[in-house]
Amino acid sequence: MTTADVLLLALGALAIGSGIRVVATTHLVRAGLWLVVTLASLAGMYLVLGAELVAWVQVLLYVGAVVVLLLFAVMLTRAPIGSSQDMDRPKATGALIGGAAGLGLGALLVDAFHWSYVPQRPSGSAENVGAAVFRTWALPFEVLSMLLLAALVGAIVVSRPVRGTE
Amino acid sequence: MHPIIPYLVAAVLFGLGIYGVLVRRNAVLVLAAVELLLNAVNLVLVTADNTVTTTLPHSGSVFALFVIVLAAAEIGVGLAIVLQLYRLRGSIAADAVPLGERIPEDDVAPTDTPMSAS
Repeated sequence: MTTADVLLLALGALAIGSGIRVVATTHLVRAGLWLVVTLASLAGMYLVLGAELVAWVQVLLYVGAVVVLLLFAVMLTRAPIGSSQDMDRPKATGALIGGAAGLGLGALLVDAFHWSYVPQRPSGSAENVGAAVFRTWALPFEVLSMLLLAALVGAIVVSRPVRGTE
Repeated sequence: MHPIIPYLVAAVLFGLGIYGVLVRRNAVLVLAAVELLLNAVNLVLVTADNTVTTTLPHSGSVFALFVIVLAAAEIGVGLAIVLQLYRLRGSIAADAVPLGERIPEDDVAPTDTPMSAS
C-alpha cells in the first residue's frame, strides 16, 4: 500500500458514500449538494492519478457549471423543498439491474487486474494533454465544437416560449 | 499504485448511476444520475491513461476531457427539455411523460406542441 493507494481508497470511499446519497436521499436540493461532494472527490482522485488538467476542468465544469445548472432546474421547476416521499419508483428492478451492472463490471475488472502493481507514469499536465489534443485529436476536437454549437442552438429552440401561450 | 482501486470505485459508481436512472421519478435527479455514469467512465479513462503504456500517450486524459464536454452539452439540452416539459405539463415526473406521439387534447391544445413553435 503506497501513499497513492491510501489516498485513492479514501477519496473513492468518499465518492461512493456521497454517490449513494445522491441516488437515495429524499431531499432534492441535498441530492445536488451531495453530487458536488462526489464530483470533487473524483477530481481529487484525478489529481492523485496525475491527471491535473482533467481534475481542474472537472472542478470548473462539473462542480462549477453542471451542478449549478441542476440546482437552477430544481428551483425553476418549483420542486418541493424538504423531504418528499414521492421521489422514487419501486426500487426492486432498479436495484437489481444497477447491482448486477456494478457487480458484473467489478468482477470483470478484478478478474483482469487482480492486485497487480503498476508504477505511475508522469502524465496529464496541461502541456502534455494540450499537445495530444492539438496534434493527435485535432479533428475530434473540432467536431466537438460543432456539437457544442448544435447543443446551444438546440437548447435555445427547445426552450423558446410556445407561440399562442405567451 | 494498484489500478484495481479506482477501477472498482468506477464500477460501483456506474452501478449507482444505473440504479438512479431507473429509480428516480424527478427528471432532474435522473440527469444527476447520468452525471454519475459519465464520471464513472471518466475515472476508468484517466486510470487507464495513467497505468497503460500506449503508442499514443495521454489519449485517456483527452477522452476524459471530451466526455466532460459532451456531458456539458447533454446537461444543457436535457435541462432545456425538462424546463419545457414543466412549462407544458406542470410536472417533471419521468414516469408521467406520455410516450406516444398523440398528445391528449384535454391536456394540451394542439397549438402548444413544440412542432408548431418552429
